Amino acid sequence: MHDVEILTDREPSGYSRRSFIKGVIAAGAGAYAAGYMFRAPGGLAALPSAQGSVERLITLNVNGQRRPVDVLKQETLALTLRYKLGLTGTKLGCDRAECGACTVLLDGVPHYGCSTLTHQVRGRQITTIEGLEAADGTLHPVQQAVVAEGGFQCAFCAPGFIMSMVALTASNPNPSREEAAQALSGNLCRCGDYNKILNSAMRAAEYVRQRA
Amino acid sequence: MAVIRDMIPAFELFQPTTLQDALALLAEYGDEGWALAGGLDSFDWFKDRVKRPTAVVDLAGIESLRGVRPWGDGIEIGAMTTLTDVIENEDVQSRYGLLREAASHVATPQIRNAGTLGGNLCQDTRCWYYRSGWPCYRAGGNTCYASAREAMNREHCVMGARRCVAVNPSDVAPALIALDAQMVIAGRRGERVVDAEDFFIGPAIDITRMTVLKPGEVLTSVRIPPDYAGATFYFEKVRDRQSWDFALAAVATAMVTSGGNIQRARVAVNGVAPYPVRLENVERVVAGRPVSEETAEAGGAVATDGAKPLRHNDYKVALLENLVRRSLRGTEA
Repeated sequence: MHDVEILTDREPSGYSRRSFIKGVIAAGAGAYAAGYMFRAPGGLAALPSAQGSVERLITLNVNGQRRPVDVLKQETLALTLRYKLGLTGTKLGCDRAECGACTVLLDGVPHYGCSTLTHQVRGRQITTIEGLEAADGTLHPVQQAVVAEGGFQCAFCAPGFIMSMVALTASNPNPSREEAAQALSGNLCRCGDYNKILNSAMRAAEYVRQRA
Repeated sequence: MAVIRDMIPAFELFQPTTLQDALALLAEYGDEGWALAGGLDSFDWFKDRVKRPTAVVDLAGIESLRGVRPWGDGIEIGAMTTLTDVIENEDVQSRYGLLREAASHVATPQIRNAGTLGGNLCQDTRCWYYRSGWPCYRAGGNTCYASAREAMNREHCVMGARRCVAVNPSDVAPALIALDAQMVIAGRRGERVVDAEDFFIGPAIDITRMTVLKPGEVLTSVRIPPDYAGATFYFEKVRDRQSWDFALAAVATAMVTSGGNIQRARVAVNGVAPYPVRLENVERVVAGRPVSEETAEAGGAVATDGAKPLRHNDYKVALLENLVRRSLRGTEA
């Protein structure tokens, strides 16, 4: 049931924390997590469906790939991405549209994955942090800027912030610092690293302009 | 509140593409049904297990509920238009800047991208005792936890209370009242139109509801007449943080001036009562007077007539008077 993409190891050791975690999910530990998330009396899979309600088997367009997936009616996009598609780059912080860690792009526009039903995004282009790098592994200019600036401390919030920066620099490649702050005002950093994050955003805009 | 409790409990999900189908579904499920707009209010209720509908009717697929279109010399905005689309609309920007200002002060970019005009208007109160599922008056119980002696009520109301002291959290509601907008409501028995100020109800009318919407009814659009198009506008929202937060108090004022005199004005405030309040006494005091500091003082002085603060929120009385005063000086925020 876990349709997990195989990551090419690019690190010198041929081994990364991310690919280890993905391997664990593929190997079945993820099935435990999913079993916890999707539990219900009698099992959610067994619930009857009313006539005219949505079909559970849908195909999502995630990072340019068609991903068929069985989605519960009440399932949020963040849960589907993390626990059904193995795209754990999208983080769940508050699960209440209050922190922004789950920010993903729908048709290029930032949305909270925790507060979007997966069934509401059929037919839309979903972009997660995993979808930013080029096919050859080159990082997105925004990611390069974050690396160059050392933009985050613990970086749990980074995927959400980076998605907001991608949307910002795509629509406004020459933002003022104030405009960048506005665009990132839906993401929280509990390390309080906002100054460095804004430096990253300004450098990201610079890199995006250079590439254009 | 913000506690992750794994999945939302199961519900049936319907995604009708016509309003008629949506109304039929809501009628079929009655109290067990739930009309879903942007979800920013709904999902909190579901995740906290306080509201557990059997069937959720997602209105997002109904094309006729989206977009801004001409309505006579004014405009009509579909209730499912996102706040971002409202903000970016040229007519809203050029003629109804008050609504643009109010909508752009809602929460965060991500919430404005998903949240809708109708959802912002119809959202429930954020009183945390009520939101946490305590059996208060509004929830059908027989007490108000927020006005108890030890209660934390810094964010609660200073006027309009009747047993319940919660406030209406909408930013766009006072702007639409100041613009003299009308709400179009569809039900199984047809359509009705109510003035924006009558759309919101206080606990004296029905303590369990924020608006006149009855179960099975849907707000379909908002009509804004040309009367205050291009008027002198002022919107200010005071909150603890500069993003995300709900208003401690907000003011929306529209003034038509001529030769330095206020011909007519509409003043509405929110965050201070269980419903957005139109301050007709302020409007009466300032009508016909010159735009001046004296007029602003006179308006501010009557803004909080009859206010009854709770233990921790008397600051809202001074805050509201000052906001109304500022809004009458004829300058932008």
